[in-house]
Amino acid sequence: MIQALPILLGFQLAGEILVRALALPVPGPVLGMIGLAVAVAASPRLMALMRPLAEGVLAHLSLLFVPAGVGVIGHLHALGAMGPGLALAILISTAAAIAVGALIFVAVAKAVGSEPADD
Amino acid sequence: MTDFIDIWSYLSREPLLWLTATLAAYAIGDACFRAANRMPLVNPVLIAVTLLGTLLWATGTPYADYFEGAQFVHFLLGPATVALAVPLALNLPRLKSALLPVIAALLAGSLTAIVTALAIARAFGADQVLLATLAPKSTTAPVAIGISDSLGGSPTLTAVLVILTGITGAVIATPLLNLLRLTDWRARGFATGTASHGIGTARAFQVHPVAGAFAGLGMALNAILTALIAPWILSLF
Repeated sequence: MIQALPILLGFQLAGEILVRALALPVPGPVLGMIGLAVAVAASPRLMALMRPLAEGVLAHLSLLFVPAGVGVIGHLHALGAMGPGLALAILISTAAAIAVGALIFVAVAKAVGSEPADD
Repeated sequence: MTDFIDIWSYLSREPLLWLTATLAAYAIGDACFRAANRMPLVNPVLIAVTLLGTLLWATGTPYADYFEGAQFVHFLLGPATVALAVPLALNLPRLKSALLPVIAALLAGSLTAIVTALAIARAFGADQVLLATLAPKSTTAPVAIGISDSLGGSPTLTAVLVILTGITGAVIATPLLNLLRLTDWRARGFATGTASHGIGTARAFQVHPVAGAFAGLGMALNAILTALIAPWILSLF
């Protein structure tokens, strides 16, 4: 665990540095995620080391959004008269995007014979 | 005996109080979620945010003071994003066999999210600045803020819309996908992560590990895709 922590933060740090050095339109942690995914896929030893920490952090991923969520409350008034329109836009577009995305995924998976594994 | 005011003035200056309050509010939210048989409407984030918002309002605490304590939790968003690499790598064989569905669902989900949001906001009379603010709302917050800024939107308001989109996705995904009778965890997770970023991904992990892994992938890919296509779609409105 104590070795896994600096490795996790190190990949984030490397991602942040690369994003700034190359002016990429991606956040540093996303680049760090891609880097770590390549590394753990290549090394089963690294995967065994990182897995308990990663699963521990991800088990309560929702918790990490609470501080930002509390910040939203103070800004709700900034939506002003557009509030109802924006709320409707978010509700309908999110529902439509989830439905369309999932239906297209299943349709294309069926067309190319990519069946879900049994689990 | 020390006066309550003295104790309060100490506590309100230290990060300990609001860090504890954040964790306690989430623990209460999570307990409600479990007690309600993991019903999606009883979302732990929504409960924690409501409790803390009420508490801040009742005690007259500014958000900046609250964040002094909450920042330690907020900071972990970055490392948690990197940690998504592990479920992603564990599901690599599944990803490889689903490359075409992933690409098709990414394009369809991302385009639908942006176009329908802009069309509805436009119908309500939103101006170009507000449309630029709204366009990246399905992507993860740091990316959305960057896109909004470069399109001439309001980054602060974008952050608000991003969080609202995430909570919306987390709450509606399960009932909506059940209604559509979709049982493929890959499709369910991927579409949820694409439409509602990390908060949707957190919900997907609560439901099924494969859904979680695909949601993380959807979130990451949509961050990149939206950065590329949002300027182009916005120019059509």
